[in-house]
Amino acid sequence: MATYLLRRLLVSLLILLGVSFITFVLLYVLPADPVRQIAGRSATAATVENIRRELGLDQPFLIQYGRYLAGLVQGDLGRSYLQKTEVAELIASRLPATLLLMLAAIVAELVLGLTIGIIAALKRGTVLDQTLMMTGFITVSAPQFVVALLLLYVFAVKLGWFPIGGYGTFAHLVLPALTLGILGSGWYSRMMRSSMIEVLRADFIRTARAKGLGRARVVLGHALPNAILPIIAMIGIDIGIFMGGIVVVESVFGWPGIGQLAWQAIQRVDIPIIMGVTLVSALAIVLGNLLADLVAPLIDPRIKLK
Amino acid sequence: MKRLLASTALMLCLALPTTAQDYTPDPNAKAGGTMTVTYKDDVATLDPAIGYDWQNWSMIKSLFDGLMDYVPGTTTLRPGLAESYEISEDGLVYTFKLRPGVKFHNGREMTAEDVKYSLDRVTNPATQSPGAGFFASIAGFEAAGEGGLSGVEVVDPQTVKITLTRPDATFLHVMALNFSFVVPKEVVEAEGADFGKKPVGTGAFKLTEWTLGQRLVFEKNADYWIAGVPYLDSFTAEVGQEPVVALLRLQNGEVDIPGDGIPPAKFQEVMADPAQAERVVQGGQLHTGYVTMNVTQPPFDKVEVRRAVNMAINKDRIVQIINGRAVPASQPLPPTMPGYTEGYAGYAYDVEGAKALMAEAGYPDGFETELFVMNTDPNPRIAQAIQQDLAAIGIKASIQSLAQANVIEAGGAGTAPMIWSGGMAWIADFPDPSNFYGPILGCAGAEEGGWNWSKYCNEALDAKAVEADSMFDAAEAEARLALWSDVYMGVMEDAPWAPVFNEERYTMKSERLGGEDALFVDPVSIPVNYDYVWVKE
Repeated sequence: MATYLLRRLLVSLLILLGVSFITFVLLYVLPADPVRQIAGRSATAATVENIRRELGLDQPFLIQYGRYLAGLVQGDLGRSYLQKTEVAELIASRLPATLLLMLAAIVAELVLGLTIGIIAALKRGTVLDQTLMMTGFITVSAPQFVVALLLLYVFAVKLGWFPIGGYGTFAHLVLPALTLGILGSGWYSRMMRSSMIEVLRADFIRTARAKGLGRARVVLGHALPNAILPIIAMIGIDIGIFMGGIVVVESVFGWPGIGQLAWQAIQRVDIPIIMGVTLVSALAIVLGNLLADLVAPLIDPRIKLK
Repeated sequence: MKRLLASTALMLCLALPTTAQDYTPDPNAKAGGTMTVTYKDDVATLDPAIGYDWQNWSMIKSLFDGLMDYVPGTTTLRPGLAESYEISEDGLVYTFKLRPGVKFHNGREMTAEDVKYSLDRVTNPATQSPGAGFFASIAGFEAAGEGGLSGVEVVDPQTVKITLTRPDATFLHVMALNFSFVVPKEVVEAEGADFGKKPVGTGAFKLTEWTLGQRLVFEKNADYWIAGVPYLDSFTAEVGQEPVVALLRLQNGEVDIPGDGIPPAKFQEVMADPAQAERVVQGGQLHTGYVTMNVTQPPFDKVEVRRAVNMAINKDRIVQIINGRAVPASQPLPPTMPGYTEGYAGYAYDVEGAKALMAEAGYPDGFETELFVMNTDPNPRIAQAIQQDLAAIGIKASIQSLAQANVIEAGGAGTAPMIWSGGMAWIADFPDPSNFYGPILGCAGAEEGGWNWSKYCNEALDAKAVEADSMFDAAEAEARLALWSDVYMGVMEDAPWAPVFNEERYTMKSERLGGEDALFVDPVSIPVNYDYVWVKE
């Protein structure tokens, strides 16, 4: 177990190094000059060159990357080109909001997805089943920007049940978490449905029924714990999918997370922020996958880590 | 006239208004209350030496002051932290007398040392100020660094003397620019790079809260040196708010001003609703949208071709595409800019005339070229309209729709034959005609990486521009504007640009806000002049 963990952590570190290198290369070859973004329109050529020199952007690529890595191993993500604030501080101030939103979204998609999946499996082949699966198909394919605005318009503007965007209370959290959750629930309901159908066919369920157990006992006590196994493994992978969706959802709802930070930084070519957010996201995905792999043997003894 | 000047004292007192109250506020204005304004993008910094964004421009004006200022809602200069100023006869020495008793938010009195420190700081390369170039006429600018500017001298705690290397008619505007605003040395040195997050100035408001990515709260500076200003007790700027969402919140009574204006997609809906349309504020903007043509490369090296492009573009139709939120442009300067040539019609829309010019230039069958454009709406749609117009005279332009930074890069490098300036177009830094020339039409901007995307360089016009800007005497102001008008007429003759439209700003305010409309579309305190707006209840 310990060697497994050590090996996985080492691989994770290499992945992060690779991500940092590739992102750095991409930002370096980008035909857009961060110095021009800082200098603005009125800057003279002398001002532009001065800023380039001050930021060390006149140095060759390898030296720039080396400097970045040297800072990184000391935990220094650098300062934003435009805001002049420490990138670590900017990310730290926004990370709690993003983590909260992700957690709430995972809860939302599990509750929605599992419930729909179980119902569909039990009512297999009926109109209800087909309607639920069709709805799941639509929510998976619907653009999040549209879903977000739709929820906002109906539940916040028209019905007034929730605030129109913002951050702070539980009421603020509901709509953004639902927007992200609805997307994931489509996947989960499909997976839950097929997994449940498979389990319901299994011998032990037949045995349970034959024992004379009630329907609820059979479904919730025997079928669900077995059917849910493949779903748990998916949650870790989900974090990666969320990272993409979060940029859009945070923008629409004015949610002060790192997605919004990344989006603004990309538009202004603020390289230290883009690098910082990319690395933090990569770290989250790597850790998410690792966690899913570590948890798997705990819930299913058939899985062995080596 | 010359003899008269020579016989007067060595120093010429050009303007001595001793009060900054030469602005009569709304007699109904009430003190107190608070309001909320929203922005999509984060406020990057509130350091006046660095901030250069839509969001922070007028916030910085509310937190800090410069030696000079503008009458609210107008482009008229008035003294700010300087009580009065004198300009030497040769126009090279400006002596500013500071207003006594002005205090920073930390309670310390502002002195001439602070003025010198602030100007030294903004021009020091280590500060990385985007606005450093504005101060190039101050003596010692070339050697600016740790030692400071040799041209800025503290005469006594209330007097600053600034020596220039050449007469500069725009210098008083530069002293009203955010980059020149006065900062307290001890606070800047204590905070270092974090000063932009913990600003301390002499302005009408002080910053009391900044939650990164969420909100900034500004509170009234009770000791402000203009009595009775500001009216509001406080205001909150919420950031990270999509314009569409901001509008919904305004309709719901949660927001007072959507700082990014009315989103284009919602414009018609808002204007069609009388209750909402009533709260819309419209104002001119010191902005021109234009098509640049790279004059260094064929076929745009031929003036006939450039004029033909000017005649081929149907500006009225393009204005329709953006729901009439602009007026067709005839020249580089916008109509609200001093020096605008009244009565000049520009190149009229004339397809046949354009075709004739094309034939004259040797392109009767047209040619193929590329039109670069920024990829956010409505710019690609405008580019398509231009593409169709050009096709009518035989020019087959393929559209290169790219991210803003990439278009700017191509423009600076001179690799873009044509660029539609939308989304990157010039908005004046200060209300003076010279600000529309140097960087975007003059020889200095035509260098590699400059903002003169036409790479147009007419040395005779450059000389005229220098002559105009050396006319610093207020008595020559009219003659100077006439000279600038000549310069821009010369530009139209050579036609390196096809001016298309001047954007009008449309913003909204909640029902509870008072104050003249001009404050909400202030040409200088962009986008809102926080110091002078007030709430009704």
